[in-house]
Amino acid sequence: MSEPTSAPSLMGEPENGRFGRFGGQYVPETLVGACQEVEAEFHRAWADDGFRTQLADLLRDYAGRPSALTECHRLSEQLGCRILLKREDLNHTGSHKINNVLGQALLAQRMGKQRIVAETGAGQHGVATATAAALLGQDCVVYMGAVDMERQKLNVFRMRLLGAEVRSAETGSRTLKDAVNEAMRDWVATVESTHYLLGSVMGPHPYPMMVREFHRVIGDEAREQVRALTGADPDAVVACVGGGSNAIGIFSGFVDTQASLVGVEPAGGAAIGHGVPGIVHGSTSFLLQDDHGQVQEAKSISAGLDYPGVGPEHAHLADIGRARYEPVTDEEVVEAFQLLARTEGIIPALESAHALAWVARAKDELAGQTVLVNLSGRGDKDVAQIAELLGEDV
Amino acid sequence: MGTLEKHLRERRDSGRKLLCPYVSGGVSDDWLDIIRAYDDAGADAIEVGIPFSDPVMDGPTIQAASDQALGRGTTPATILSELRDLDVATPLIVMTYANVPFRVGFDRFVDECGAAGVHGAIIPDIPMEELDPWEAAVGEADLDTVMLASPISADDRLERLVGRSRGFVYGVNVLGVTGERADLGDWSGKLAGRLKAVTDLPVIMGFGISSPETAVIASAASDGVVVASAIMRIILDGGTAVEAGAFVSSLRTALDRG
Repeated sequence: MSEPTSAPSLMGEPENGRFGRFGGQYVPETLVGACQEVEAEFHRAWADDGFRTQLADLLRDYAGRPSALTECHRLSEQLGCRILLKREDLNHTGSHKINNVLGQALLAQRMGKQRIVAETGAGQHGVATATAAALLGQDCVVYMGAVDMERQKLNVFRMRLLGAEVRSAETGSRTLKDAVNEAMRDWVATVESTHYLLGSVMGPHPYPMMVREFHRVIGDEAREQVRALTGADPDAVVACVGGGSNAIGIFSGFVDTQASLVGVEPAGGAAIGHGVPGIVHGSTSFLLQDDHGQVQEAKSISAGLDYPGVGPEHAHLADIGRARYEPVTDEEVVEAFQLLARTEGIIPALESAHALAWVARAKDELAGQTVLVNLSGRGDKDVAQIAELLGEDV
Repeated sequence: MGTLEKHLRERRDSGRKLLCPYVSGGVSDDWLDIIRAYDDAGADAIEVGIPFSDPVMDGPTIQAASDQALGRGTTPATILSELRDLDVATPLIVMTYANVPFRVGFDRFVDECGAAGVHGAIIPDIPMEELDPWEAAVGEADLDTVMLASPISADDRLERLVGRSRGFVYGVNVLGVTGERADLGDWSGKLAGRLKAVTDLPVIMGFGISSPETAVIASAASDGVVVASAIMRIILDGGTAVEAGAFVSSLRTALDRG
């Protein structure tokens, strides 16, 4: 479907921190030096065999990589295409988030920064960050919107169990975007001792590039696994997109193949779908906003995708037509969530269920194809919400 | 040289410490009266905030003032159009975040500032690295782009930064966001000294100034101060334009006394 890419820089080092017309480093002067330090240290670390080995060892012995590739026989039969799942749900802490968190926590250690701040929406990135900080003996503060703290009490307690301090973001919509604001305000005041461990492929350069590199392992593993199993590359690679870190991770393994790349956005938070560029949290990308440039709140069934922006590299991949982005509704997601549970015995995260929902909807288009789906997280955290939605008293 | 810079240099060279009070545009029905009160109280320039939903450089007071303004239906267009009819000679500077001008287009935003009689712009999330498109849009317009300098900006950055700043250079007193502080600490004086060593632009210090005393301290090694949260707190607490003006008068008196 898609032409093989010819641009050698596609998903490589961004030029001047930019992916086409997106990205950049829109940060206050106080943070420019810190962003430059992170960039320089990341490049040194990434070229350092010692660092790479240290991270690879942790990913294997602590996080449980490589994650499995699972062929879905019953679901494939039902939908009429060959569905393969990349099982990021099987990682320690239950999602792909651990890949980036371990990388950045090690990087903070290299930079001599003992304190970590992070933002979290549903709590997955916060839990992963608190986990890495506990492992490395770092001080950890996680900002979380007051509304999300109420919705995700269990994850708040998990973070506290892991020794992190959870601070409530009480401004604006009191959700993920406001948690990012608070984390940035903290960083502005503490930048000399603190590393901001951003949880997605968003924010100022170098974060979108760096977080992608830490998640590249998903795509690299999947490419080998799919070839070993099927003898070829998949026809389509599908992943959910909020900020877009799991999608970037798996896309990076296939951007130079013939596979079509499909990012699935929640209909209530489809930053790319709405197609209006904006600048927030350090970069230019597509952004949900009103006519006056005020950022609007994303609303979907999955708190992990409720971000009004999207990673700038996704905006670029959409711009040049290398990836396509499709919205799915909450109803389709709930159906897909149950479908995977019943046919394959896997309860997916609501975020990951977005990717499956699109596959179910596009089954005619995908007939006979091999479809690789990134199952970015497990759904234990969502079971209570689904029960309530289905009117079950648990 | 732009109107703003010429005005501030003249005042500075006459031996006066510069005072630049801030108001969040549209924060109340009588926000234009607040500007008039600043003018009467001896302001040398007046900063008008155009509220943004996600102001990452601002602390709780300016956030609350922004939210209050947005809640009243304030938009960049309403602020700039209300400023058109304002009968105040003191130069006006808009302070906003990058997405506000980006949304309407930098060119159009610059034109609207001109039509509103605005002579300066402060956009804290456009650092030097991202400044080119904005500078190109400003072109020859009489709109001075004021750059912020941080206490931890390296020496070579400060030199480049003052080279691109117009009107004045805005020294940030503290590591952190806007908001009143009892004590400014060591950063303020050090940064003011470093800036004065590399530029003859007016050096105006802001962030954290809560009182006449802290204004005097921050202006000791610099050419003056920006004061924002301390005044906005008066307005948020239900204070009038007259009361805000009285506070600015007290700052003026303290700065003149030295």
